[in-house]
Amino acid sequence: MQAFDIEVNLGKSRVLNGVNFTAKPGEVTAIVGPNGSGKTTLLRAMTGEIPYSGRVLLNNTNVASLKPWQLAAIRGVQPQSTTIAFPFTVLEIVRLGLTAGLSAAEKELPLRALEKVGLTGFGTRMYQDLSGGEQQRVQLARVLTQIWRPVVDGTPRWLILDEPVASLDIGHQFTVMDLTRDFSARGGGVVAVMHDLNLTAMFADKVVLMDAGHIAAQGSPQAVLTDANLAQTYGCPLPVSTTPHDGTPFLLPQARHARVT
Amino acid sequence: MSLTIEMPKRGSLPVDRRVQARQLTLVLVALLAATSVLSLAWGASGTSLWGALVDLVAGRELSRLDSIVLFDIRLPRLCLGILVGASLAVSGAVMQGLFRNPLADPGIVGVSAGAGLAAISAIVLGAFLPPAIRDLTGNYLVPVSAFFGGWGSTLILYRVSTRRGQTSVATMLLAGIALGALAGALSGILVYMADDNQLRDLTFWGMGSLAGATWTKVLAATPIVLAALAVAPFIARGLNGLALGEAAAGHIGISVQRVKNISILSVAAATGAAVAVAGGIGFIGIVVPHLLRLATGPDHHSLLPNAALLGASLLLAADMIARTVIAPAELPIGIVTAVLGAPVFLWILLKRHGAMGL
Repeated sequence: MQAFDIEVNLGKSRVLNGVNFTAKPGEVTAIVGPNGSGKTTLLRAMTGEIPYSGRVLLNNTNVASLKPWQLAAIRGVQPQSTTIAFPFTVLEIVRLGLTAGLSAAEKELPLRALEKVGLTGFGTRMYQDLSGGEQQRVQLARVLTQIWRPVVDGTPRWLILDEPVASLDIGHQFTVMDLTRDFSARGGGVVAVMHDLNLTAMFADKVVLMDAGHIAAQGSPQAVLTDANLAQTYGCPLPVSTTPHDGTPFLLPQARHARVT
Repeated sequence: MSLTIEMPKRGSLPVDRRVQARQLTLVLVALLAATSVLSLAWGASGTSLWGALVDLVAGRELSRLDSIVLFDIRLPRLCLGILVGASLAVSGAVMQGLFRNPLADPGIVGVSAGAGLAAISAIVLGAFLPPAIRDLTGNYLVPVSAFFGGWGSTLILYRVSTRRGQTSVATMLLAGIALGALAGALSGILVYMADDNQLRDLTFWGMGSLAGATWTKVLAATPIVLAALAVAPFIARGLNGLALGEAAAGHIGISVQRVKNISILSVAAATGAAVAVAGGIGFIGIVVPHLLRLATGPDHHSLLPNAALLGASLLLAADMIARTVIAPAELPIGIVTAVLGAPVFLWILLKRHGAMGL
């Protein structure tokens, strides 16, 4: 998945300024950065949700030349949050990820997807009665149903996630991040906007650090998540350490003022 | 969370509302058949036509009076009731799916008023049209005008209330009030201009009525209504997807713009045709889809056909009340549907209090 010279204007202000972005199949690519740096805007431009100038390629095809159903066959997008207009059950929502003309085995996919996100038995519950984190996992199950196999006929499929773990507890954060690793390990591509830098360091193959509408740094977690990069983009000291066994960076932020005891 | 995950077995799948919805379809077909027979047999004329119906089934000759009442009065009225009831209910369901809101209804948001204005314009101003156009449109002038009126108001409404793919309910309802008021005012001017004959044609627009049912009206409305209903299966998945929002609907492969266009056209056609032949009949479009969603859920694959069936039955039932409750006089059917429907509307508001930004 490639994007060239992406520019986005919201009102009179330029939110993205000539961004060039590349993500490879078989990898988890994380987009990180402070609030308002343009992470979600970049994602929404690349998925065609907002008008942009520039070019976006998916498997070397310009996405602008593809019909919605052609795109849906190779790309699933999980939005940040979704409110549903009518009282659908969980299973009915997940089934929206199915396309017409499926085999009997494929019709079981919604239940298997719910199992994968840890929502076995939730099928008949009303979507709007679930907690925010559960709703988010239902949406992920819907997207997984849509692009169940990471590679079809040699063509990789893409899982695009906007803050997939934002309202999840730590256990389910791992469930979801493990799913992304599994999807990429089997040949699919994953692009995710992330806030949690530690999870990003643990699960991402490539990190794209955004700052004020452009890419400040990109590369492996070790290369991007450095004291200097983070201090500059986030505007506060964020000392980075590495885990002893494999050198994965991690942050243990310190309060600037000690607690009065 | 337990780590042992059991695969649900095929036989133990949870109750599937799709199956319930299909069963409900059969029940609704039977209900429509029953209300149809009742509505043929039961009327204000004082003559119960049970005997005539039995004679007809047995193949015996009918009396002249029975024959006229049955074939020239009650049968066209029955057909018109079915067409109008189905149109209103399906228009309501489609519009609610399009606007992502259970309160959208052609009657409430000014679409019926726009269609009515166009129909009244056709009646009052039709005489000024060049004869060539009048000959071309013939009986269809009024329904076709109503279609364009409904189409125009739906388009305006959607443009005004939708920003970046999200429809604001408050804006939609307020815009509907403005549209309805404007259409009402312009209709008022036309009524002032109308001559006595035209006034007689116009009076029934106030609350709507099936009293003017003729075979001509049935024939004029049938193709438009059937065309509007025929597209329902093709937009069902799209409307389901739109419940996720426009962006997410696009991501699951739905051509959102196409679904919107087809929905708006079919709402305009069905509402326009219904308004042209029966005037503004409110609340069928709200009550019917709401009851069906309570019963079998919001899946449009079953909601749309079931709405057509229940809408037809409900309108026939309302019509039976309208023409018998103060017999030999007749109540406008819109009064009956409003008395039944307005409380349901309030009930929805009460139940959804705080949800959906209302």
